[in-house]
Amino acid sequence: MALRIDHAACTLCLRCIEECPYGALAQLEDRIAVGEACTFCGLCVEICPVAAISIEAKETERAEAGRGAVLVYGEHHEGRLHHVVFELIGKGAELATTLRCPLEVVVAGHGLPDVCAQLAGLAVDTVHLVEHPALAQYRDGPFGRTLAHLIGELRPAIVLAGATGRGRSLMPRVAVLCRTGLTADCTGLEIESETGDLLQTRPAFGGNVMATIVTRRHRPQMATVRPKVMTPPERKGTARPRVRRWAVPSELTASRTQVLARQAGDQGPVNIAEADVLVAGGRGLGGPEGFKPLAELAALLGGELAASRAVVDAGWVPYERQVGQTGKTVQPRLYVAVGISGAVQHRAGMQSSETIVAINSDPDAPIFQFADYGIVGDHREVLPALIERLRAARAAEGAEDE
Amino acid sequence: MHIVVCIKQVPDTAEVRIDPERGTLIREGVPSILNPLDAYAVEGAVALTERNGGTATALCMGPPQAEAALREAIARGCDRAILLTDRAFAGADTWSTSYALACAVRKLGDVDLVFCGKQAIDGDTAQVGPGLAVHLGWPQATYVRRIIEATDEAVAVERLTDWGNETLRVGLPAVLTVLKDLNFPRLPSLVSQMQARRCPVERWGAGDIDGDAAQFGLDGSPTRVVKVFTPPVRGACVVWQGEPQKTAAKLIETLRREALI
Repeated sequence: MALRIDHAACTLCLRCIEECPYGALAQLEDRIAVGEACTFCGLCVEICPVAAISIEAKETERAEAGRGAVLVYGEHHEGRLHHVVFELIGKGAELATTLRCPLEVVVAGHGLPDVCAQLAGLAVDTVHLVEHPALAQYRDGPFGRTLAHLIGELRPAIVLAGATGRGRSLMPRVAVLCRTGLTADCTGLEIESETGDLLQTRPAFGGNVMATIVTRRHRPQMATVRPKVMTPPERKGTARPRVRRWAVPSELTASRTQVLARQAGDQGPVNIAEADVLVAGGRGLGGPEGFKPLAELAALLGGELAASRAVVDAGWVPYERQVGQTGKTVQPRLYVAVGISGAVQHRAGMQSSETIVAINSDPDAPIFQFADYGIVGDHREVLPALIERLRAARAAEGAEDE
Repeated sequence: MHIVVCIKQVPDTAEVRIDPERGTLIREGVPSILNPLDAYAVEGAVALTERNGGTATALCMGPPQAEAALREAIARGCDRAILLTDRAFAGADTWSTSYALACAVRKLGDVDLVFCGKQAIDGDTAQVGPGLAVHLGWPQATYVRRIIEATDEAVAVERLTDWGNETLRVGLPAVLTVLKDLNFPRLPSLVSQMQARRCPVERWGAGDIDGDAAQFGLDGSPTRVVKVFTPPVRGACVVWQGEPQKTAAKLIETLRREALI
C-alpha cells in the first residue's frame, strides 16, 4: 500500500502537513513528501481540498455473501441482561430491517434464569442459549472461545456488543479468533446503501476526531457500542423469541484463569461510564471537603460524582471516579464540571457528553470554550445556591404529589 | 522472569491546541511521546523484575522515530528494547498490530508475562492487548489496578470492572493491561537518560519475525478507515456571571427547559 500524491493537482496549500496527526508529511521543494511515520489514517485524504491524495491498497475481494443475522452479545450479570443489550437490540433491529435478516441474541452462562422473559415483545427472532458449568463465572478466555465457536456455526453478518469493561476485553479476543475486524466504542452504526456493509463511526484522539470504519472482506463485521448512546426499543406485545440451546465442547472452556474474589467498591458498584448525569469536581474545589456539596448536588440531579485527574492524584476521590485520558471516557446526558479548568486530557474523556455545564471562578478557563452553559463564580457561593433551589423545587414537587 | 512491555509512540495531545474558529485540533509541530498509559505498564514490568529478578524488554511497533519511546522505556528501567519497524507494518489495524507483536514475542521465546497500557490515547481502542493474548494463545487480565503476587507459575491481580473489583489468578504466560492506578511511574534520572541514549535499540523488520507477511500492515488489516471528520462544533457557551442566586436560577431554568433535570 502507499499514500499517493498527485503532484500536478496539489496546490501546496499545506493543510495536509498541518493536520497530519503523525507529522508524517513534509514539504520537499515543490512537493509533499510522505515520511515513514504515515499510518494511512486517511485524514489527509479527507481534508485535501483538491483531492490530490489517495491511499492505494491491494484490491480487496468482496466478503463472502454475508446474509447471516445481526447477532447481539447478551452481556448479563447473574442472568440479568445489561441495559446496553436492549440498546443494541434497538439499533440491531434497525440494521436487520435494512438488511432483511434476522436479529438474534446470544447468552452464555450456567443455570441461567429465564432470559427469554426479559426479551419478550422485542424484535428478537432467536435467542441462542449456551450453558456450561465452566461458564458459571464470567472469564474472558472461555467466554471468548465459546462466542467465537458459535459465530463459526451461525455465520452472522454483524456482531454487536456493549463497549463495557467486559465487552472491551472480550470482543477483541473473539475478533482475533474469528479473523475479522472489530471497531471499538462505536457511537454510530448504519448500513452503506451501495454495498450493504456496516459503517461504524467512533470517536478517536480523545473525541477530537470522528472516524468511520468498515470491514470490507471479512465476516462478521464486529463492533462494540458505547452504552447509553443507542435508544432501547419499545416493547410490543409479549411474544417471546425462539430459543436454541447449544452445548459447548469442553476444550473451549479450559482455562488457566481462576476468579478468586469479586466485590463491589466501598460505596457499592460505581460506574461513571454509564451514568446519565455526572457532577465532576476539580482542584478548584480546594480540598476533599469541597466534594461534600458536590455529592449533594449530584444526588439532587440523580447523578454520580466524578473527578478530574488532579484531585484523584491528590487522594481526595478514588480512581474509579476519574474522568479523562488516564481515567474513564464518559458520555452522559448532562456533565457538570465544577472547579475544573478543562485541560485537553480532561476534555478527551468527556467532550462527547450531550450537554456540558461549567462552573468556574476563572472566566478564561478553557472549559468555557467547549461547555454549553457556564457560570463564572465562586463554587462556595454557586453550589449552595443551586442546591437550595433544587431542594426547594423537590419539596414543592413532593407537596404537589400529596 | 522475562517480562515484555508493549509500548506505543503517540502524538502528545497535551501539546495540541484547539483552533477557536474551526474547533479543530492544531496538530502542527505536535511532538510524539510515549503513550501516557504505557508509562504505568513500563513501571509495572520494571518493578516486578526488580522484585522477582529477571529482565524487562520493551517492544514497540512503529516508524524509526518511535525509537525515542523505547529509549524512554530504557531510561525508566527496561533492560532491552526492540523496535518492530518496516514499511510492511504500516497502516496496521488492531488485528494486524497484535499479530505482528505476537510474532515478536514468540521470537523472544522465553516470555512469561506481557504488560500493556490500558489503551493508547490516539486510537483509544484497548484492543491490542487482548488481541495479542489470543494470537499467543495466552490468558489475559485487563484493567489491572494491583498486582498481589507473582510467581513463576501465576500472577494474582486485582482488576477494576464495571461492578467493582475482581481478583484473578492467571496462569503464566499471560498478558496484563494495566490502569493508572497500578503505580506511580518513576521519572527517569539524568544518568539513566544518558545511559538510555547510548543503549542499543534492536530493529526487527517483517523478515526478522516468523510470521505470515500477508497478515502485516494495511493489507493484513480487516478494517479500513473510510472517513475522518471533526465532530459537530458546539454552539458558543452561554455564560452567566454575577449574583450567585441569579446565575443559579438561570442555570436551573435552562436545564429544566431542555428537560435535562
